[in-house]
Amino acid sequence: MGRKLLALSLLALLSIAAFLLLGTRGNWEFALTFRAGKLIALICVAIAVAVATVVFQTLCANRILTPSIMGFDTLYALFQTLLVFLLGCLGYAGLNAELKFLLELLLLGGGAFLLFGLLLGEGAQDLFRMLLAGVIFGILFRSVGNLLQRLIDPNEFAVVQGALFASFNSVNTGLLRMAVPMVVLSTALVWWRRHRLDVLALGRNHAISLGLNHRGELFFFLSIVSILVAVSTALVGPVAFFGLLISAAAHEVLRTHRHSLILVAASLLAIIALVGGQAVFERVLGMAGTLGLVVEFLGGLVFLAMIFKRGMA
Amino acid sequence: MIEIDNVSFRHGVAPVLQDVTLLLPKGGLTALVGPNGAGKSTLFSLMARLLKLQSGEIRFDGMDVATTTSMELARKIAILRQDTHVTARLTVRDLIGFGRFPHHRGRPGPDDEEMIEKGLELFELSGLSERYIDELSGGQRQRALVAMAYVQDTDYLLLDEPLNNLDMHFARTLMKQLRYLADRYGKTIVVVLHDINYAAAYADRIVALKDGRLSAQGTPEEIMTADCLGALFDMEIVIETVRGRRIALHHAG
Amino acid sequence: MTRTRDRSKRLQGVPAGLFWLAGPVLAGLVVASLLTGVADLDLDGRFSGEAVELLLVSRLPRTLAALLSGASLAVAGTIMQMLARNRFVEPTTAGTAECAALGLLLVTLLLPSSSLFIKMIVASASALAGTALFVTLIRRLPPTQPLMIPLTGIVFGSVVGSVVMFIAYETDLLQYAGVWMTGEFSGVVKGRYELLWGSGAALVIAYVFADRFTIAGMGKDVSVSLGLNYRQVLWIGLLIVSQITAFTVITVGMLPFVGLVVPNIVRRTMGDNTRQVLPLVALTGGALVLASDVIGRLIRYPYEIPAATIFGVAGTAIFLWLLFSRQAQRG
Repeated sequence: MGRKLLALSLLALLSIAAFLLLGTRGNWEFALTFRAGKLIALICVAIAVAVATVVFQTLCANRILTPSIMGFDTLYALFQTLLVFLLGCLGYAGLNAELKFLLELLLLGGGAFLLFGLLLGEGAQDLFRMLLAGVIFGILFRSVGNLLQRLIDPNEFAVVQGALFASFNSVNTGLLRMAVPMVVLSTALVWWRRHRLDVLALGRNHAISLGLNHRGELFFFLSIVSILVAVSTALVGPVAFFGLLISAAAHEVLRTHRHSLILVAASLLAIIALVGGQAVFERVLGMAGTLGLVVEFLGGLVFLAMIFKRGMA
Repeated sequence: MIEIDNVSFRHGVAPVLQDVTLLLPKGGLTALVGPNGAGKSTLFSLMARLLKLQSGEIRFDGMDVATTTSMELARKIAILRQDTHVTARLTVRDLIGFGRFPHHRGRPGPDDEEMIEKGLELFELSGLSERYIDELSGGQRQRALVAMAYVQDTDYLLLDEPLNNLDMHFARTLMKQLRYLADRYGKTIVVVLHDINYAAAYADRIVALKDGRLSAQGTPEEIMTADCLGALFDMEIVIETVRGRRIALHHAG
Repeated sequence: MTRTRDRSKRLQGVPAGLFWLAGPVLAGLVVASLLTGVADLDLDGRFSGEAVELLLVSRLPRTLAALLSGASLAVAGTIMQMLARNRFVEPTTAGTAECAALGLLLVTLLLPSSSLFIKMIVASASALAGTALFVTLIRRLPPTQPLMIPLTGIVFGSVVGSVVMFIAYETDLLQYAGVWMTGEFSGVVKGRYELLWGSGAALVIAYVFADRFTIAGMGKDVSVSLGLNYRQVLWIGLLIVSQITAFTVITVGMLPFVGLVVPNIVRRTMGDNTRQVLPLVALTGGALVLASDVIGRLIRYPYEIPAATIFGVAGTAIFLWLLFSRQAQRG
C-alpha cells in the first residue's frame, strides 16, 4: 500500500516537472511564472474534484454517482448567461472578478446543497430516479441557457461563449487568491474527519448505531462537497466524468475502504491525470483543447462499464 | 395428444433434462410437479417453444414445435409464464383482445368480440374491463392474463406456476376455472405446480420430474403415496386422507 | 362497481374529446405558421402572385416539415418505448440521434462528394447499428431498475456525442455537428425538406405494424404465445426508428425529447394500445413541434430561435414532471 502511494507521488512529481519544463523556450523566468500559476490552478482543481467525488460517493454509498454528473457544469453556464442577460455586456465585463467568483460559489454551493440534499433525503432509496433527474436538470439548464443565449445580442453572445469555454487549457488564474485557501481549508476539514467517513461508508444504520450524528455529518460533508464542486467549476468549467474516472482508478489501484488512503491516492491520480495529461496534450501532441474531450469519452465509458457491473451484481 | 420424445437439454455442460419421453392424451388437466431444479420450467419452456429444442421432439396433435410456424402453433397452444410482467398500459379488454391476434391478425371481427365478452365473463372481469392493467391488483392481473390465454381459443393451454401471486381464494378459483375449461370444452391443460396438494385436488394426471428425468406419472391416487412423494422430494412425507382426499403433510416431521 | 363504471365512461369519452380539441388547435397553428414570418403576406383582397409563391416555396414547406418531423419523432418514441418496455426511451435517450450524426459526419468527411441519398443511407445505417447496440446493452440490465435504461442511453449518447465533437473539432466541422443536433426550420424551403416525406412513409408502416408493437411490448413470452416473430418485429421497429431519426437529423436537425414527452402525455389518458394512440401521438407531436417553431419565430422577432431550443426547455421540464409524478412512481 505504501509502495503504491509512493509510486503515485513520484508520478505526480514527474507530471508536474513535465508540465513546467517540457518545451520551454526563451525567457525561462516568464515561462515558469506563467506556468506556475496554471499549475497551481490545475492542482487545485485536481484535489477539489478528487476529494469532492470520494466524499460524495461515500455519503451516498454509491461509486457511480459523482457531484458533477448532476448537472453542475450546466448550472454554471446558465449562471454566466443569466448574468450577461441581466447586466448586459458592459455590466458583465465590469463585474468585480472576485465578487463574481463569490456569487458563483454561493449559487453553485447553494444549488449543490439543494440537489444533494434532495438526493440523500427523502428520495434516497431511489438512486436512479435522482441520478436521472440530475442529468435531466443538466439538460434543462443547458436548454434554458441556450434559449437565453439566443435572446441576447450577438456581441453579448460572444462574451458568454468566451466565458464558457474555460477549460483545462485556459484556467482563470486570477481567482487563485481565493480558490487556493478554500480548497486547502476544505481538504483539511475532510482530512480532520477522515475516520468518520470510514464509519459513514457503512451506511446510515451502522453510523447511527456507532454513535455518529448522521444528519449532522451529512450536512458537514455535503457543505464541503458543495464548496469544492463550486470552486472547481468556477475555475475550469465542466468536468463531468473526471471525478468518476479518478475515484474508480483510486479504488482499483488501492482496493481499500480506508479514506485516509483513498483520499490521498485519488488526489495524486487526479494530479497525474490533469497536470500530466495537459503536459502531454499541450506540449507533445499539440492538441491543447482536447484533454477535456478525452476525459469525457473515457469517463463515459467507465460510467457505462460500472453501471453494467452493478447491473450484473 | 402431446408427444414428448427423448427430450434432453443442457445449460452449458450441466444437463437439465435427460431423455424425457412422455405421452399426454388429449383432454384433461395434467400437473407437472417436482422439486426445485427438477427441470419443470425447462420442460415447460421447450413445450411452449420459448426455448429451442436441443435434442428430441415435441409434438402437439402431430404438429412438431420445431418445424411448425409460430403463428400456426399460436392457434394450437396458449401459454402463460409465471413471470409475465405486462408493463404496457392497456385496458383489461384490450389486453384480453390481443389473445385473438393469432386468429384475426389485426382485423378483429364480431366473433372475436364475442369471444372476448365470454372471456371477461368467465373470469369475472366484466366490471373491470375498461380499467388499465397497471391499476389492478396482482390477483386481478393474473386472472386477466389467464383470460387472455383462454380467448386464444386453443386446444392446449400451458401454464407455468399460475398460482404464484394468488391468495387462497383466487388460487382455488383459478384451479376450478381450469377444471371447468377441461371438463366443459375438452381442453388439454398442462400446469406446472409447486404445491402437490393442489395438483392432487384438481389434476387428472400428475407427472413428476426429478433431476431432469421422469420420476413418476399417474393419477393423483397413484402418486399421492408416502413412498412415491418421499422418493421424489427426498424427505419423509405423511399422507392423510381427509374427507376422501389424500393430503400430503409436508410441513410436519 | 359504480366507480368502475364511471371510470369506463370517462375513459371512453376522452379520446374523442382529445381529437376534437387537437383538430382546431392544429388548424390554428398551421394558419399561424403560414402567416408568421419576416416577409409580409398581404392578405387584403386577392392573393398576389408573390404571396402565393412565398406560401408555396417557404411557409408551406416549413409548416409541413415541422409537422412531419414532430409527428414521426413522437411515433418513433412510442415504438421504442414499446420495444424497450421502458417509458423513458426515445431517440436522444438511446444514442440513436448521436449515432446518426456520427454516420453523417463520417460520410461527410470521407466521401464529401456523395449524394444526399448515400448520406441518408449511411446515417440511418449508423443510427440502426447504434440503437441495436443499445438494445443489446440494456438486455443485460436488471429489469428491477427501469431508470437505468434511459440513464445508460443518455451516457451512451454523450460518449458517442463526444466522439462526434472531437472529430468535428479536429476537422473544422463543428458547425455542421451543431446544425445536426439542433433542430430548426428557418432553412426549410421547397426542395430542401422533401426527405421528411420518408418519415411520413415510415409513419404509415408503423401504423400497419401497430398491433405487433403492442404485443412485443408485452414481452417475449407473450409474443411467442401469440405466434409473433419477436425478432422480426424488433428489427422492423428499429428500422423505422432509425430511418425517422436519420431523416430528421439530415433535413432539420434533431429535436430532443419529442419522442419521450408526447407518448407519455398521450398514454396518461389513452393508454398504450399502439393502434389506438398512434394517430393522436402523431397529431400531438406535430402540433407541439409546430408550436415550438411558431413561438421561436415570434419570441424575438425578427430573429429566429430554433424550435429545438424552445422544445428543449419545455420538453425537459415535462420530462422532470413525468419522472416525479405519481404514475411514474407506480412503474
